[in-house]
Amino acid sequence: MSASAAALPRAPIPRRKRSVWREVRKQWSAYLFLAPTLLLFAVFTVVAVGYAFWLSFHQWNILEPVKPYVGLANYSRLIADEAFGRAILNTLVYTAASVPLTMGIGLLIALLLNAKIRARGFLRTLFYLPVVTPLVIAAIVWKWLYNGDYGLLNYYLLELGLISEPLRWLSDPNLAMPAVIITTVWKGVGFAMVVYLAGLQSIPEDYYDAAKIDGADGLRRLKDITIPLLTGTTLFLAVISVLGALQVFTEIYIMTSGGPLRRTTTIVYHIYTTAFKNFDMGYAAAMAFGLFAMMFAFTLVQLRVMRGEVEY
Amino acid sequence: MAVVARGRRLAPAATAARKPFDWRGAVGKALIYLVLAALAVVFIAPFVWMVSASLQDVSDMFRWPPQWIPRSPDLGNFALFFQQANIGRLFFNSAYVAVTVTLFQLFTASLAAYTFAKRRFPGRDALFLLTLGTMMIPGQVTLIPTYIILKNIPFFGGNDWLGQGGHGWLDSYWGLIVPQGASAFAIFLLRQYMTTVPNDLLDAARIDGASEFRIYAQIVMPLCRPALAALAIFSFSFQWDNFYWPLVIVSSEALRTLPLGLALFVVRNRTVWDLLMAGSVVATLPVVIVFLLFQKHFVRGIAMSGLK
Repeated sequence: MSASAAALPRAPIPRRKRSVWREVRKQWSAYLFLAPTLLLFAVFTVVAVGYAFWLSFHQWNILEPVKPYVGLANYSRLIADEAFGRAILNTLVYTAASVPLTMGIGLLIALLLNAKIRARGFLRTLFYLPVVTPLVIAAIVWKWLYNGDYGLLNYYLLELGLISEPLRWLSDPNLAMPAVIITTVWKGVGFAMVVYLAGLQSIPEDYYDAAKIDGADGLRRLKDITIPLLTGTTLFLAVISVLGALQVFTEIYIMTSGGPLRRTTTIVYHIYTTAFKNFDMGYAAAMAFGLFAMMFAFTLVQLRVMRGEVEY
Repeated sequence: MAVVARGRRLAPAATAARKPFDWRGAVGKALIYLVLAALAVVFIAPFVWMVSASLQDVSDMFRWPPQWIPRSPDLGNFALFFQQANIGRLFFNSAYVAVTVTLFQLFTASLAAYTFAKRRFPGRDALFLLTLGTMMIPGQVTLIPTYIILKNIPFFGGNDWLGQGGHGWLDSYWGLIVPQGASAFAIFLLRQYMTTVPNDLLDAARIDGASEFRIYAQIVMPLCRPALAALAIFSFSFQWDNFYWPLVIVSSEALRTLPLGLALFVVRNRTVWDLLMAGSVVATLPVVIVFLLFQKHFVRGIAMSGLK
């Protein structure tokens, strides 16, 4: 309460405490307005985070009443756990492939659409449609497209002579992750495109005119004007996309269930099975904090790396 | 391009009159259209195939080469899906939860946003920082404790006053709706928008003796319609898409939402693709319609989320 008391007008110094209280009483309705929000945050965020932290130091199978204190055992188990290491690796592969691909193709389409072409609104809508499609539906439709025997993808790859026999997309350990990544890219490109389009439209036309007069060709203008001026947009997209990718779950659940051979078991999928299939609540809570730490570190690094370039 | 630039520098007035046909520009444009068309086909194909397959008989669906245009389109799959998967129930649950959560969020967020934007009171800045801080915490961290908290809500689902003995708010509409009732993102967006409402307007109303609630409801809210609309669409489509939370807390069939119902259909290896495609069309149609009708709000929502 004292933090913002200084901001209050006409607060006599010797009677500060009492006047804060008077102000609280005078502005009582402000607290009433905030009550629903604060109550929900208190229970489902503040208490929940504290409880998760407490849980991560205990072992608890949800069915039993006893929750023995185990100290740091859950965390040391986390470091030694091969399955968790595998899940981290899979998640990193997924993130490292899907985020640049989504953003790159999104930028490409945005640049093409920005080239004063016809049917621009129509195409923008078309590329955005996968974004509004429910993720579960996208995963189901793509699972059907990947089908080994009747899938559309195999049909056209065979027709074009790119493969000689049908690929088992989702049951081949080497193809399952790429297949999931392709689906994610298809689903996400439209969002990157819309964000980049907004970024492109905020670049003043004069810059390009000036560069043209100086004889800079299209590629040069792209490299020296467009890309640098989009750094802020890129940073925003990178942070949001990486945070999303590190938490991938739905596609995995529907398309591969973490298989084959755990090759698509990601961190969140692993947390899900640990908590709600094996009911190992304390250990799952420790994993969730591990993920939190990773997300935090990634965001900090991205901000640090990009900050050097964002000044213009 | 270089041709244009040189021409302009030499004789700026004459270029418009006798500009030679710009071959490089034309080829470039053609190339752009070509690349865009190819990408567009790839992006739209899964949709077309989904709709087409949903109208086909099973025997036609598994035919090679694939039948893009159904030979004898009928709605048999939809009828079958309505019977087998009880899709009416799934649809109702999805719509009920999505609409309720959206209204709930708009209510709590607009009240909080008004308070943070237009009132001065002790603790305001600290509380606002706390609100923003909740955005940094990933859902994964709070998911497990929230599950346990819901299980122990007193007096519900067979629980006693200590929250023991039953399943609490798990497997109930309460559990699907209430934990999602406050959104820091929504508060932040609305607060940004509300700060643009002139203070004079509010002061005039205060002098006339209007209560804070009346100012909020009758002056500020009507002025915030565009922001509220954008937020409502965002929130609705997010909830319509929501899968993880229902998956974790719903166990009875009567409470399944569309994504959950369809996903369980697939995962339990009932790969009845004809029915699934029909179900997918049913689940996609509402959001696509909402999107096509309110496209402007969608784009504005993205622009508002701190980009500009």
